[in-house]
Amino acid sequence: MPFIPHTEEETRKMLDAIGVSNIDELFDEIPADLINERLDYVPPAMDEAGIRRLCKNSAQSDGHYVNFIGAGAYEHHIPAAVWQVATRGEFYSAYTPYQAEASQGTLQLLYEYQTMMASLTAMEVSNASLYEGASALAEAVLMSVRAQRKKHRILMPETINPAYRETTETIVKNQGITISNIDYSGDTGTIDLVQLNDQFTDDVAALVIPQPNYFGALEQVDELVDLAHKQGCLVIAVVNPLSLAILKAPGEWGENGADIVVGEGQPLGIPLSSGGPYFGFMCCTQKIVRQMPGRLIGRTLDAEGKQGFTLTLQAREQHIRRSKATSNICTNQGLMVTAATLYMSLMGPAGMAQAAKASHANTRLLVEKLTAIDGVEVVFNSPFFHECVLRIDTPMDDLVRAITAQGIIAGMPLGADYEGLQDCLLVCATELRTEEEMNDFALHLERIVSKG
Amino acid sequence: MSNVPQELRYTQSHEWVLAGDDGQVTVGITDHAQELLGDMVFIELPEMGAELDAGDECTVVESVKAASDVYAPVAGTVVAVNEKLVDAPELINEDPYGDGWMFRLQIADPSQLDSLLDASAYEVVESED
Repeated sequence: MPFIPHTEEETRKMLDAIGVSNIDELFDEIPADLINERLDYVPPAMDEAGIRRLCKNSAQSDGHYVNFIGAGAYEHHIPAAVWQVATRGEFYSAYTPYQAEASQGTLQLLYEYQTMMASLTAMEVSNASLYEGASALAEAVLMSVRAQRKKHRILMPETINPAYRETTETIVKNQGITISNIDYSGDTGTIDLVQLNDQFTDDVAALVIPQPNYFGALEQVDELVDLAHKQGCLVIAVVNPLSLAILKAPGEWGENGADIVVGEGQPLGIPLSSGGPYFGFMCCTQKIVRQMPGRLIGRTLDAEGKQGFTLTLQAREQHIRRSKATSNICTNQGLMVTAATLYMSLMGPAGMAQAAKASHANTRLLVEKLTAIDGVEVVFNSPFFHECVLRIDTPMDDLVRAITAQGIIAGMPLGADYEGLQDCLLVCATELRTEEEMNDFALHLERIVSKG
Repeated sequence: MSNVPQELRYTQSHEWVLAGDDGQVTVGITDHAQELLGDMVFIELPEMGAELDAGDECTVVESVKAASDVYAPVAGTVVAVNEKLVDAPELINEDPYGDGWMFRLQIADPSQLDSLLDASAYEVVESED
């Protein structure tokens, strides 16, 4: 039996009732020149065995490498129970249900997720998630412009993940929003405060602060927040959620804290899995909650005085506000959020701090081992979380290829995104990397550098 | 039947307008509109000094049921907004023609007032809703 809810007879009845002769006619309003008649690139249908073979081959072509690359997605330990529970039938959906209040269990889980994220970031409100980190930043930019009304300029440091900047530009560029780049200091690899100071004009809606930044370095968040607030700008913090187990929460930065906090949720129990699905998170202050996109779950009492969970502030959303909604996002990455909630519950604050500290310690150890090699040095003079930029005196492409051939992914070369960092590599060692793996990496690197 | 004061002017989109002698008008939403929308929970007022054309969306009111735009009934500059509503949006429900006023405009062209509806014309609009 096909998994189609309507029989041919029912479909016929519905079409007759509205006076349409076939389903294609329902799409008549789409101009003919927009319809792509040929779909040659869609391969023919496959049977189950064929699909298994295709997926297995694709998975194999990813290889099994020892990872020293981060740059936005990180390989962390995921307790086995996380996905054992997340894939139970009761949870196994990517969506908030359409008849939301009929699914109290899902709403309770999302409410608990929001509570955990608000506590982790020290913010008043969290939404039920967005697609992933980069588009979460774009949504935060749109939100800050809505909250600041006539201001349309965003200060975006060069130290943000380049993919986040590109995604944000793509999403906001046709909405009259200007993105101004802020240079980093070549000494510290963090936002250049002097250069930033000159950028505050009356039309600046928000300053974006990544912490840790793309280079792994820690920005001077307290000074940055106070500086931005003094200029009447909002602050958008882009943070690694796991790092918050040991770093100061954005809600506590400076005098008044960040106004919007976004980031990539992947480090919280989501496997790398070739780049997705991941999820984005977003938190904010109560003051600007009505400008926040996405779903919000609230806890309340029903008519009998019993606790219940419900979608709240729905008037912002597209099913009510139509084209004036705060975003086109009405669903979220429910399954990823389920895993993240389980991860945070199982790890607890102490377990997350342990993973974060071990990642920091491992990266320090790795940097120590690698910089002991002649021709390898640390680029920026800044404290870092679990990533660090190294300058290596060897052609980067050859180096990365040679290390990969040894079953090791060396890191993220920065030359393509940063002028002047052609010979630089961003490395990362999470809590999963062993000293033996680091020694192995150092051994191969030394051999290659000494030849170069 | 909702309350439609004789001395006010009205729009098809359920705003009321009180014209003063000083070239200023006070604007709010009608008793009928607040009844339709239900309990108010939030308002986003226009910015002081904003220059509006007749028909511009300038205020958002949010009730437990819906969020709706309020339009400028005539062209003008915003010279006052009712800040009390920010903390007490329920005033719109309790006293739509008094404490529930939303903003005041310095009008550009007094003749635009003539295009607004009088009370009896607005009662017809209401009855067709």
